Amino acid sequence: MTPSGTVSTRQDLLATMLRIRAYEEKIVAFHAAGPFPNVCTSVGQEAAAVGVVSALRPEDQILTNHRSAGHLLARGADPGRMLAEVMGRSTGYCQGRSGTLHISVKELGVVLTSTIVGGELSLAPGVALSRAMLGGEGIVVCFFGDGAACEGIFHESLNLASVWNLPVLYVCENNQWQAFVHRKETMVGDHVAPWAAPYGIDSLTVDGNDVEAVCKAALRAAAQVRETRRPFLLEAWTYRQRGHMEPHDQSYVDPAEIEAWMAKDPIARLEARLLEAGELTADGLEALHAQARQAIEDAATFAATSPYPDPADLATGVYA
Amino acid sequence: MTQMTFHDAVEAALHEEMARDSRVLMFGEGTATKRKGLLKAFGPQRVRNTPLAEGIIAGTAAGAAATGLRPVVDLLFAPFLCFAMDELVNSAGKLRYMSGGQFSFPMVALAMTGGGWSVGAQHNHNLEAWFVHAPGLKVVMPSTPADAKGLMKAAIRDENPVLFFMDIGLAFAPGEVPETDEVVPLGKAAVRREGRDVTLISYAKTTHTCLAAAEALAAEGVSAEVVDLRTLKPLDEATILASVRKTGRAILVHEASRLCGVGAEVAALISEQAFEALRAPILRLTGPDAPAPASYPLEQAFAPQADAIAGAARQLVARMLEAAPIW
Repeated sequence: MTPSGTVSTRQDLLATMLRIRAYEEKIVAFHAAGPFPNVCTSVGQEAAAVGVVSALRPEDQILTNHRSAGHLLARGADPGRMLAEVMGRSTGYCQGRSGTLHISVKELGVVLTSTIVGGELSLAPGVALSRAMLGGEGIVVCFFGDGAACEGIFHESLNLASVWNLPVLYVCENNQWQAFVHRKETMVGDHVAPWAAPYGIDSLTVDGNDVEAVCKAALRAAAQVRETRRPFLLEAWTYRQRGHMEPHDQSYVDPAEIEAWMAKDPIARLEARLLEAGELTADGLEALHAQARQAIEDAATFAATSPYPDPADLATGVYA
Repeated sequence: MTQMTFHDAVEAALHEEMARDSRVLMFGEGTATKRKGLLKAFGPQRVRNTPLAEGIIAGTAAGAAATGLRPVVDLLFAPFLCFAMDELVNSAGKLRYMSGGQFSFPMVALAMTGGGWSVGAQHNHNLEAWFVHAPGLKVVMPSTPADAKGLMKAAIRDENPVLFFMDIGLAFAPGEVPETDEVVPLGKAAVRREGRDVTLISYAKTTHTCLAAAEALAAEGVSAEVVDLRTLKPLDEATILASVRKTGRAILVHEASRLCGVGAEVAALISEQAFEALRAPILRLTGPDAPAPASYPLEQAFAPQADAIAGAARQLVARMLEAAPIW
């Protein structure tokens, strides 16, 4: 795949979401099968990732957080090199130095996956400052969660981006959970979007489990950032379907909440829509699933047969 | 050569580097307000005031550095760096390695520290060793205006994040500064005075204290060599080891407190690599394990004094003269 930026069909959107789901499920399976690096999945949040990233252009840049697989895959990252990175292989995007939690891909404009909650928010204005000062049409997209919005750096970031007129599209994936704590326990109000207005930043909240709605909202938000060269905050209302990290554990979650959100699964919703509209047959849908699974199987084979980095190089590359 | 204060020497370096490279910009708390010359020469895009929010200042520098700019940020006083630790340590320092070399972070973070202004412990805390311990960062702390200029130029041209500490007590001390485009390379110590009997190793303000002690010792026939580290990371191991191999005695002197300080690292280096040359134990004269007091006499007493350094050197040399077991 190439970096997005062209108009996506509904089938394209579905195919990308299926690829992300298959990738995350493969990681879950690897983790369940034996010793495997610790991972946080983005299962359930595929529509937010695909909807936003499909609204971007090749010259745009992305900073994201520890649930970044969707953003990376939607941007066109090679799942083989991603899995190789997760598995600590030298063919990974970061030569095995980042692991699952910190993958960056310069060639796709993915500057950072931050596992420091809010780290992406601290760097985003600087990336946008480079765009503002070095020219170019690109904008900077910063994905973070409701948890990061409770960090002081969120407020510092929005304030500076607004005062300096920086082209940052802030995307809050409000997935209801901040690690092991429901946001209701730790956050005033349900939404992050209203926190933009005091900083003079326009915002929009969208159903983050409806990929078409996200795509439409993101196109509008990105267009405003491109035109005004000022920040914008888009909040995608979504849900983390698995526990904070593997192994999966949601014993602390109200089952009624899980049930309600599973009924709004972003992939099932788009599938139903396409089937109903006659844009996809049951066979066609199965073919898309099989295609996604096969791509990830191939990726897994590539990753698992890739060599580990040489321990002799352990301390190289620290300094330029 | 021209006479210039430390502060003005840093400003001269900034001016020259900004003129040399349009990617260099500077921002921080009061930067555009206080650095009128830079603002006039380079305009409000490249010389900016920021909110009083160190985290986002340092983070913005890291983001800008990763994507093509070469920012210098003024974080004012070293204790304020506590608000920027994540951005400096977790982002600027680590992300080159963690990205497998995809991104570099050519940036400079400037902060003042040390006694001299009676500003107390939330403005004065010599925490330079914290950053020496953090991978991916370089750390400089000069002792003269000439080095301040030359090291700032080197720091700006370096492809890595550099912490540039300025000793408050030296900020307005004048000194000779070359008018030419002289870069002082990072990682090179300077032998400020040659000697045979003992090596005094220091950096920043206490280098001058060591020179005063060396002068007093010379009157008594004790020849002290004074090594100014200038860069704390990377450390100039060769210069340190060559000096100690010559004199056989080493005293580490700094205003920062003793525990896990730069002196501890240098002492370990000497004992690992020049043990055979040692004729006496390695000593450390440092600030105490205490917050820096505001009261002027207390603040002055916090840093090692020339008398104490000379006394320690006398002890080390006397042990040898008596040919007694030295440890």
